[in-house]
Amino acid sequence: MKHIVVIGGGIAGIEVACELTDAGHWVTIIEKESNIGGKLNNWSYLFPDFTPAEKIRESLQEKCEQKDFSILRETKIQSLERKNGKFEIQTSVNQQLNADAIVLATGYELFDAQRKEEYGYKIYDHVITSADLEKLLLPDGNLTTVTGEHPKRIAFVHCVGSRDEKSGNHYCSKVCCVTGVKQAIELKKRLPDVEIFCFYMDLRMYGKHFEELYRDAQEKYDIQFIRGRLSEASEKIDKSLLIKAEDTLSGRPLKMNVDLLVLLIGMEVGKGTAEAASACLLQCEDSGFLKTVDSFLKSNQSNSDGIFLAGSCTAPMSINDTILHARSAASEVNKWLKLMN
Amino acid sequence: MKNFGFTVIKQRTIDYDQFDGRLLNEILENEPSFKVCLSCGGCTATCSAGDLVSFNIRRMNLMLRRGETSELENEIQKCMLCGKCQLVCPRGINLRNVIMLIKKNVVKYKSLSK
Repeated sequence: MKHIVVIGGGIAGIEVACELTDAGHWVTIIEKESNIGGKLNNWSYLFPDFTPAEKIRESLQEKCEQKDFSILRETKIQSLERKNGKFEIQTSVNQQLNADAIVLATGYELFDAQRKEEYGYKIYDHVITSADLEKLLLPDGNLTTVTGEHPKRIAFVHCVGSRDEKSGNHYCSKVCCVTGVKQAIELKKRLPDVEIFCFYMDLRMYGKHFEELYRDAQEKYDIQFIRGRLSEASEKIDKSLLIKAEDTLSGRPLKMNVDLLVLLIGMEVGKGTAEAASACLLQCEDSGFLKTVDSFLKSNQSNSDGIFLAGSCTAPMSINDTILHARSAASEVNKWLKLMN
Repeated sequence: MKNFGFTVIKQRTIDYDQFDGRLLNEILENEPSFKVCLSCGGCTATCSAGDLVSFNIRRMNLMLRRGETSELENEIQKCMLCGKCQLVCPRGINLRNVIMLIKKNVVKYKSLSK
């Protein structure tokens, strides 16, 4: 029996582990947190059809209970060495694991919105991130401002920490456009009288049903879209926010007073992935995400033979894309193990 | 000339075949960062001059790229070189240098085309 070590117990890690267990291998997941599920644990409802994240979490949990693989929690890898065609892994809790193949599924981190100081996150009371808003969108979430009232006007800022030289991130995080549209609709459902404006540079509705969701936002929920990037936000004495942008389609500067500003933060590679990459001697892209051998037929292979990549450690990715990428990783691992025999 | 009451209507179409790219090319050669503008308008939103007069620095790029350089000479005088646009720009364009290059070259190419 072959032993495969999967690093990371998020969506990609669990999916890859299930597939490989089904294929008859022995799998061990190494997870740095005490809980599995990764970033999925932070979301309430998923785009594009408002599926409760809880539903996906439960089915992952179920899979973990049914399948016969082990999960080492609160554990990280310390070092990795190749010995006689196998991998020898030292963990942070001084365990030694021997593996025939490795799958990295270390995921991403959210962009720290405080780095865009001009938007005032954690400086002004009514500036929140899309991740903060997700928690408020749960049925028991409190959607009031510090004055105890419901917000009357809300603005979303797209591309915070993405496509931005000043944040050091040139790439597009892919999922924030549709997250903004999804959250705007949810807010409008909860607070029918609220006015919502999305400030965007481009709206990239690349996935199945995304464009339809955008159309719904306009047609059924009266959400307004303004093409322009916010230059800054400032807090007024009543704690409301004055925001400035150019309405580029009218070609004129625009200012607006809002009660709540939501920053749609992007994805970054994160410390966990960077540490694992350096322990495994893996190459990274300019963006920091892990390099795959190519973008077409070898999108799960790392530069190092026998080490495979799954999910958003390779690029920003939605949950459905992550699941698919993880399954294809499992199939690549399988093929490779057969060749090794 | 006798005034017959007719006016010659200037064509509204951008005639790309008449495009004179010399000024644009001179600027791009000396400040290549200007190539990557994505027209987000962050510069115009924060512009100190744009609050007071109709000055739109984002449109400078478009005007140059469409060969509409006749208004540029006057427009560019409105900039006070405060540099806030440069702080905001998500593509890190050196806008101060762009403005200086336009100022320097706009007259040169105007006299050449005469």
